[in-house]
Amino acid sequence: MNAKVVTISSGKGGVGKTTTSANLAVALAQENQKVVCIDGDIGLRNLDVILGLENRIVYDLVDVVEGRCRIRQAMIRDKRLPELFLIPAAQTRDKSAVSPSDMIRLCEELRDEMDWIIIDSPAGIERGFRNALAPADLVLVVTNPEVSSVRDADRIIGLVEAEEKGPAQLILNRVNPSLTKRGDMLSTDDVLELLAIKLIGVIPEDESVIVASNRGQPVTFANNSKAGQAFHNIAKRLLGEEVPFMDIEANNGLMNKLAKMMKFRGD
Amino acid sequence: MMRLKQPETILIKGIREGLLITLGEGDWQSIFASLMEKITEKEKFFEGAKLALDVGNRTLHAADLGTLRDRLADKNIILWAILSNSPVTELTAQDLGLATRMSVPKPERIIKSIESSIPGEDAIFLRKTIRSGFKVVSNGHIIIFGDVNPGGEIIAGGSVIIWGRCQGVVQAGVDGDQNATVCALDLNPTQLRIAGIIAISPKRKGKPQPEVAKIIAGQVVVETWNPKSR
Repeated sequence: MNAKVVTISSGKGGVGKTTTSANLAVALAQENQKVVCIDGDIGLRNLDVILGLENRIVYDLVDVVEGRCRIRQAMIRDKRLPELFLIPAAQTRDKSAVSPSDMIRLCEELRDEMDWIIIDSPAGIERGFRNALAPADLVLVVTNPEVSSVRDADRIIGLVEAEEKGPAQLILNRVNPSLTKRGDMLSTDDVLELLAIKLIGVIPEDESVIVASNRGQPVTFANNSKAGQAFHNIAKRLLGEEVPFMDIEANNGLMNKLAKMMKFRGD
Repeated sequence: MMRLKQPETILIKGIREGLLITLGEGDWQSIFASLMEKITEKEKFFEGAKLALDVGNRTLHAADLGTLRDRLADKNIILWAILSNSPVTELTAQDLGLATRMSVPKPERIIKSIESSIPGEDAIFLRKTIRSGFKVVSNGHIIIFGDVNPGGEIIAGGSVIIWGRCQGVVQAGVDGDQNATVCALDLNPTQLRIAGIIAISPKRKGKPQPEVAKIIAGQVVVETWNPKSR
């Protein structure tokens, strides 16, 4: 096996890096891939919470880097998907506890055993981002269809290019078709026109993502949500399958909403 | 009587018509003697020369000039002109058939082939998107084949050409060049400065068109590129 290292980044905080990392890892594991996620956000760890593995942490990334344990000991196996692992971040330290070369060494060690190494990058463009970028084979930039998030994504794409890790690919998260339709939100085309990189996924705005994350049960586990489906599609595209982009608007159009309301009244 | 030798009173210069010797101040007889001495010293150099002699303000008579001409002829030197500020000397010279004016030098005919390669000015060329947080700086002109995204910055001593969409901050003529221009296929910068004059793009309506920004009467003016009005 020779794992591919995928770094999930965005620049801006709160656009869904960690959610994307968790869901993509789950989706890949469901495709029978061996996946390990590394939480790169040392000091502000979240990935363990979203994956619902918080209570099983014994060792973390910094323990591995500083030689207090072997990698195997820090890898938490997900009981729902035996092919899915997590290396959590340390909560009591900060980004300077790990260096880019530590990350490269760590990933080199994991490469032989894994199919995919997903690194959840912290927000910002400082040390934490550099750590997450250093071992990357592919960078997925997550952005929301809003101006400030797109601006930061643009910066990240530029930095990825400058580090010769490019071209990055884009995940457009939290797309709200009704807002876009009214022209109150950037459309997918607007974003793509500016960023000019390959789009690998569009995730619709979906309340169930938040609910699922709060329960530590990534939305991808449940098969009935649009967002979950979108993550599955990204996983398939990463595996080289040609998957058409789904029509986000289908279930969210005005007519559908009206229909739902009518149903509600009817009940 | 003691006489200081002043060699610099005889100036010899090569001109198109041959040699021009300018005689400085001093008594004619002695300067004539030292001239002849000089010629004798460098016989080889003077042989066959065509000589014009500038005698300054001296008044020379036919005997003086005749002797001069003959002595020079002995050395195989042709005296063809006497230049003088004295009308008497000029007249005498003319009587002897010598010229008193240097012919007006004809302008040199330079026949050069037409130079068809134009030297041009310094510029840098980039074939990429200038993304947020990146900056391109040059003392010369800057040409971008790609977009300049919001948050990107272009700073040029000269002009800026963007073959793409321009949405960042562009500064042209930063050293004060008022002739600097900024053009883009879609000119919609966050801010535009030419030679320190700041402009902000108005809200865009309709389709983007190639535009050129320049300074007219102290203001940044943006014009749609038009093949007819160049």
